[in-house]
Amino acid sequence: MESLFQCVALAQKELMVQWRTRARFGSVLVFGVTSLLVFSFAVGPDSSALQAHAAGYLWLALLLMSTLSLQEAARLDVQNGALEALVLLPVDGRALYYAKALVNTVTLGGLGTLLIPVVVALYDAPVKEGALWLIATVWLGSAALVAPGTLYAALTSRARAGDVLLPLLLFPLVVPALLGSVKATEVVMLGDPMGRLGSWLGLVLAFDVLYWSLCGLLYPLLLED
Amino acid sequence: MPPIAPSTTPATVQATGLSRRHGARWALRGVDLALHAGTATVLYGANGAGKTTLIRLLASAMRPTAGSLRWFGDVSPDRVRVATLSHHDGHYDDLTALEHLSLGARLLPSPRAGRPPRPSPHDLLMRVGLSARSGSLVRTYSAGMRKRLAFARLLQKGADLVLLDEPYAALDPAGALLVDGLITELRGQGACLLVSTHQVQRTAALCDHAVRLDEGRVTWTGLASDTVGHPSVERGPT
Repeated sequence: MESLFQCVALAQKELMVQWRTRARFGSVLVFGVTSLLVFSFAVGPDSSALQAHAAGYLWLALLLMSTLSLQEAARLDVQNGALEALVLLPVDGRALYYAKALVNTVTLGGLGTLLIPVVVALYDAPVKEGALWLIATVWLGSAALVAPGTLYAALTSRARAGDVLLPLLLFPLVVPALLGSVKATEVVMLGDPMGRLGSWLGLVLAFDVLYWSLCGLLYPLLLED
Repeated sequence: MPPIAPSTTPATVQATGLSRRHGARWALRGVDLALHAGTATVLYGANGAGKTTLIRLLASAMRPTAGSLRWFGDVSPDRVRVATLSHHDGHYDDLTALEHLSLGARLLPSPRAGRPPRPSPHDLLMRVGLSARSGSLVRTYSAGMRKRLAFARLLQKGADLVLLDEPYAALDPAGALLVDGLITELRGQGACLLVSTHQVQRTAALCDHAVRLDEGRVTWTGLASDTVGHPSVERGPT
């Protein structure tokens, strides 16, 4: 119960800190929009090709944005030894992880939601199954990227060349979640006559459950020298 | 090597053969130390002598490469009872002083039975002279103000073992007097203090014992009053 109270207090702190540094996260959004723009130039003016690839490019942009926003969130902790001070207070390592991961999900899910209208406009993407399903997919997939991402960002933030290490560690690990998120988004955008949406979202949800549990157990070990 | 405190009372923290290696270099080698409740010990030595490593080991911020530690008679530290002032102040630049202390009040468990209640964030800020700037973001603070906030956070814990690494650094004369007062007060309340500093003479006047480190080894221990004019203080870095 004490861990739960600590988690709530830490999540509020995390939200406050990330809100006050929102200009940095704003630049992550601009980076995502720019990526989508570049991808659309690479495909060219063929609207059917743009529509076919819209889901994949949305998730590529989100994947790239996730490394930037996770690194930034971890940097705020490492700066001045703030995370170590909390560990020595002492705060439960699981509370630290879940508070951080929860707020990281809010940040990435929020950024992803803001990208949706950009994708629709740039790629002329239809949303045949409804915008709510698309938003749900973005948030479920964001949670999948954030679960191991929060752990790895804490690990690499103290390492030399940590900026390079994070994507190297994270990208191979999240392939199943990425595949499920792209396919689910594709189905939501282009229509779901075969009823496959549930199974793709189920894959992402299973990934979420597995990694949110596993990383919550591993994170306290990472905090000890 | 003589013990630095009477062995009749159980040690608040006891180090035996404590060693720590950073890469290929030994930062600390075979340190034996026992610190007791109600005493203050000044730790001194040249830059790179291993003072910060020793403080971090005693704070359980890192693990020893060899040797052992016991806190309050136990091999696992009760971190609620240990407070550390380190080189890194541990602040979030985008929180205010009041928000830091309010967060601490929410995260810390209730004081143990028989202990006084924790002071309120406002009282702590008044104590360290930060009341007027309690609502300002820490990023707008000077180095001395950040140090004062670190002291407020340290006092909030009401710890039994207090580890201070360079407490006078970045402080103005009034701030240094505040530190003098806190060392005396905490010692009087029965806390066990270890103060790492280059201001040996100033701190020795407030402490019971002194320990000198050279290249990771304890090279001298004795009464703090004996450091006055002692060659180990006068000769500086070796």
